[in-house]
Amino acid sequence: MQFDRRSLLRTSAIAMGAVAAPAIIHRGAWAQEDVIKVVGIHDASGGLDIYGQPMIATLGFAVEELNAAGGLLGKQVELINYDPQSNIQLYTQFATQAATRDRAAVVHGGITSASREAMRPILKRFQTLYFYNTQYEGGVCDRNIFCLGSGPAQNVTKLVPYVMNKWGKKVYVLAADYNYGQITAKWVKKYVTEGDGEVLADEYFPLDVTDFGPTIRKIQAAKPDIVMSLLVGGAHVSFYRQWAAAGMNKEIPLASTTFGGGNENKLLSPEEGDGIHAAFAYFQELDTPANKAFLERFHAKLGDKAPYLGAELAMMTYHGFNIWAEGVKKAGSVDRMAVTEALESGISYQGPAGTTVVDPKTHHATLDVHIAEVKDQAFEVLESYAQQPPADTQAVCDLSANPNENKQYVVGI
Amino acid sequence: MDLALIVLLQIVTSIAMLALISLGLAVIFGMMRVINLAHGEFLMLGAYAAILATGHGVNLWVSMLLVAPVSVAIVGVVVERLIIRRLYGRMIDTMLATWGLSLALIGLVTMILGNTNTGFSAPLGSIAIGGFRMSGYELFLILFTAVLLAVVFVVFRFTRLGLIARGTMQNPDMAAALGIAPSTVYAVTFAVGAALSGLAGALIAPLAGVVPTMGTAYIAKAFITVITGGAAILAGTISASGLLGAVNTLGSFLATPVLGEVALLAAAIVLLRLLPRGITGRFLKGSL
Repeated sequence: MQFDRRSLLRTSAIAMGAVAAPAIIHRGAWAQEDVIKVVGIHDASGGLDIYGQPMIATLGFAVEELNAAGGLLGKQVELINYDPQSNIQLYTQFATQAATRDRAAVVHGGITSASREAMRPILKRFQTLYFYNTQYEGGVCDRNIFCLGSGPAQNVTKLVPYVMNKWGKKVYVLAADYNYGQITAKWVKKYVTEGDGEVLADEYFPLDVTDFGPTIRKIQAAKPDIVMSLLVGGAHVSFYRQWAAAGMNKEIPLASTTFGGGNENKLLSPEEGDGIHAAFAYFQELDTPANKAFLERFHAKLGDKAPYLGAELAMMTYHGFNIWAEGVKKAGSVDRMAVTEALESGISYQGPAGTTVVDPKTHHATLDVHIAEVKDQAFEVLESYAQQPPADTQAVCDLSANPNENKQYVVGI
Repeated sequence: MDLALIVLLQIVTSIAMLALISLGLAVIFGMMRVINLAHGEFLMLGAYAAILATGHGVNLWVSMLLVAPVSVAIVGVVVERLIIRRLYGRMIDTMLATWGLSLALIGLVTMILGNTNTGFSAPLGSIAIGGFRMSGYELFLILFTAVLLAVVFVVFRFTRLGLIARGTMQNPDMAAALGIAPSTVYAVTFAVGAALSGLAGALIAPLAGVVPTMGTAYIAKAFITVITGGAAILAGTISASGLLGAVNTLGSFLATPVLGEVALLAAAIVLLRLLPRGITGRFLKGSL
């Protein structure tokens, strides 16, 4: 091949044009950027998809509703969903992508506490506002994050005395083996001890464990009055199956802080699931006008594709997005500090799950809590407790006094 | 007393589960010296076959005991014809090829059926033993595994088919000289191993839940059992799963399930240090 000066010039000019094209085109797109970008990071596949799928549905629905009502600050909101596939590494990757490439105004996401703790430092470093809308073990003290799900001082504190009063004082704890299970088991111990009860044993299971045979025999040998399940994810659902297969669901009652968050009651047959007690800030079965109106809109929009919303996680994602939107409206901007300060002025939102009030000092939420029992694959609400403050985190965290704090407190027993 | 009985039953259950998930691998490895790294995915395919069949209205038992092994046997024949038979005698190459196959199967099933946990409930209810209760399905699994092992023994030991298979594995050239096509025997043996894996996958599905990556949870255990067992298919599988299952269960009872797994692995390491050719490399030599 001949290589003279002219052809060299021509080739290199084309090459340079090709290399520069994306930047030029991109800049064009950037200049007319008049949408507000919101990123959602929830597992749409893998062992945690039982939680992720309904959360993705409600987040999408919340964004569509807002856009249909005229958007935010005169702009449309663009929702970008990422699927971390129940893989922590992908959480960190997508969090980085959301902050640096998408320049998201806010990130909603994270389901397990492990994924939250993976994303939290990244989003703080890149100064991107972060909303975590899942019930969790409490104690996160960081001004860049808003944790709007219920915590142990809201759900465990109600559930444990209720079931101890109903069934007895000896409790056997089964928990997922990561920060959520470990810390929540401590809270269970605290409340059981305070109720003059006794925790006979606590056992921890990695998220991929599916064989609960030896544990079920150990529980039978220990003869507790209550089994408390803090199990998480699709693999752990086999515990409930094996428990029922052994006929134990007729012998020893189960209570759980997690059952229902992933619609486990729909995965199990009525014979397997009936009678399990759970406490959450929301159940789809809540009999309130706001909830009924919401469900009507939700089903009209999504039709057959509307997932069952089960307990709390999906609904607090809806509340979380709307609370952020309230903050933006009040601040008149999507700027991180402006929105944070607006939210710290004590913003509240009335939605299907009742009133959610942002607690300025902890960035957690005051919300309604309900205890419910599984009946025929649905939840039957037994008791409701209005406006419970996030006392667990309030006891240790004060962001208005120490705005630079950045840690998760763990309850000491 | 009840507790002792229930611990004993749990040990037997663990042993049966280990034997069940390892048997297909043991047949393929013991007879053909092929290390099938896609064994876990054969389990997974069996489980999905059972789920899809029950979803289409097939009786639960028919789909577990018939549909699952037959469909995975068909997959086995295809895999043997396309991949394995080109690689006989090249152990490392077969390992690589079947590993690739395992990844491909996981990807394929994820694409078609989604990376979502599914499952169905165990049939048969529960049985009271003294003050304890146990699932009837687990008892069924124990009995079924025992029957399955007996059937495999009878087929390989007493039938003409078994004789041909064993003869071909010992000396393919001599078998060919006597008028038997070794390649057909290989294909059939591989299909039998695959069918046993598919059956095992379907049988553990009600207890474990089904997800495309479920094979990875079992492949390590199955391998450890087969390698610890050594060359003899049945004697090796039974002795190794007996030993490792007991260690695993006792570990789980005395400490935690996680330490039970650790105890299983530690026992396997110690055994392989003492008996590098597996249990049947030293004891029960020459047994089936």
